[in-house]
Amino acid sequence: MGNFLRVAWLVFRKDTLVEMRSREVLYTTLFFAVSVVLVFSFAFVKEGRAPDDVAAGILWIAISFSGTLALGRTFERERYNDTLRALMLAPADRPALYAGKFLGMVALLALVELLLVPLVGFLFAAPIFSRPLLLATLLGLGTLGFSAVGTLFAAMLVRVRSRDTLLAVLLYPITVPVMIAGVRGTAALFQPEPDLAMAQLWIALLAFWDVVFVTLALWTFEPLMTE
Amino acid sequence: MTKLNTPLLFVSGAMLMAAPWVIDAAPYESTMGLVQKIFYFHMPSAWLYLIAAIICGVQSGRFLFGKNRSVDASAVAAAELALVFGLITLVTGPLWARKAWGVWWVWDPRLTSSLLLWMIFASYVLLRRYGGPGSDKLGAGMALFGMANVPFVFISVNVWRTLHPMTSVVPTLPVDMGGPLWFCLTAFLLLFLVLLNVRTRIERQRARIDDLFLAEDEA
Repeated sequence: MGNFLRVAWLVFRKDTLVEMRSREVLYTTLFFAVSVVLVFSFAFVKEGRAPDDVAAGILWIAISFSGTLALGRTFERERYNDTLRALMLAPADRPALYAGKFLGMVALLALVELLLVPLVGFLFAAPIFSRPLLLATLLGLGTLGFSAVGTLFAAMLVRVRSRDTLLAVLLYPITVPVMIAGVRGTAALFQPEPDLAMAQLWIALLAFWDVVFVTLALWTFEPLMTE
Repeated sequence: MTKLNTPLLFVSGAMLMAAPWVIDAAPYESTMGLVQKIFYFHMPSAWLYLIAAIICGVQSGRFLFGKNRSVDASAVAAAELALVFGLITLVTGPLWARKAWGVWWVWDPRLTSSLLLWMIFASYVLLRRYGGPGSDKLGAGMALFGMANVPFVFISVNVWRTLHPMTSVVPTLPVDMGGPLWFCLTAFLLLFLVLLNVRTRIERQRARIDDLFLAEDEA
C-alpha cells in the first residue's frame, strides 16, 4: 500500500512539474471554461436577469466540457513525446500509475472550479455561499467520478484513431449519472430555500457512483493498458 | 450450435406470427384497456435488452482478464443486439406511455437509466466500427462500465417512486395474462439466441480474415 501511494505521488508530482513549466493545459482549460460560461450568459441572461435554475446546469456543463478538453491534452502530451510507453515500462503497479494521473486530473479540475464557481455565482446570481461545505462536497465527488472514468478512457484512447471525437462520444454517456446527480444536487442548494435533504440524497448517489467508477477503473487499467 | 439456427429461427418466426392471436386472446386490463397489450412486446424486449448488456459485459470481462481472445466476437454481437432490443423497448415504451400516462416521455429514473444504457452501447458500437486498431480493448472497458448500469436500470423502479410499474408486477399477473407474456418472451428469446449465434460467427470470421490479411501483409 505504501509503495502504491508513493508511485501515485511520484506520477502526480511529475505531471504537476511538467505542467507548471508551461502551464499549457491549465491556461487553455481555464480560458475555455470561462468562454463556455460566457456563451451561456449571452444566451440566457436577458435584461440583466438570469432565468431561475440554470446556474447549476451551466456550472456542470462547463466543468464537463473543460474536463474533456483537459483530458485530451494531458494524454496528447504523453503520446507526442512517446513517454506513455516509458511510463508503462516502469517497474511499478499499473493501478498506481493510473492513480497518479487521476489525482493530477482532479487537481487540475479543482483549480478550474475555483474560478468557475464564483464566475457562475456572479453572472447568474447563484447563492454559492449559502451552503459552501455541501457545494464543495458535491463538486469534489462529481469531479472524482468524472476524472475516474475520463482518465481511464483518455489513457486507452491514446492508441486509437480519431481519439479526439471518440473521447467525447465515450465519456458523456458513461458520466451522465454523475452529471445528473451533480446538477440536481447543486440545483437543490441554489434554490432560495436550499433543499438539504435532496442535496444529501444526490451526494449519497454521487458517492455510490464514485466507488463504482474508481473500483472499475483501478481493476481494468492493468489489462486495458497491456498491449 | 450452427445446425440449430434454422429450426430455432422457424420456431421463433412461427411463434411471432401466432403472437397477435395469443395476445388478442388475453383479457383486457381493467384501467388501460387495449393499449396495455403493448406490454407483451415491451417487457420481453426490455429483458433481452438487459440480458444482452450483461452478456456483452461478461464476455468483455473474459476478453480482458482471460486468455481466450475469441469471446470478443460475442461481446460485439451482444452489444448490437442490446441496441436492437433496446430500441424496441424505447419505442414501445413511449407509445404505451402516451396512452397510459398522457405523455410520450418523462425523465423518471427507469426511463432515464434505460436511455443512458442505450447511449452507452451506441457509443460502444460506434467505437468498434470507427475506432480502428486497439478499439477492442477500449470497447471491452466501455462494456464493463455499461454493465455496471444494468442493476441500476432494473432496481430503479423499486427504489424510487416512479410512474413506471415495479418489477414485482410480473409474478402477480393472472394466468391468462402471464401465459401470453411467457409465450412472447420465449419467441423473442429464441430469435435473440439465433441472432446472437449468427452475428458472433460473422464477427469471428471477420476477425479471422483480418488476421490472415495482416499475416499476408507481413509475409
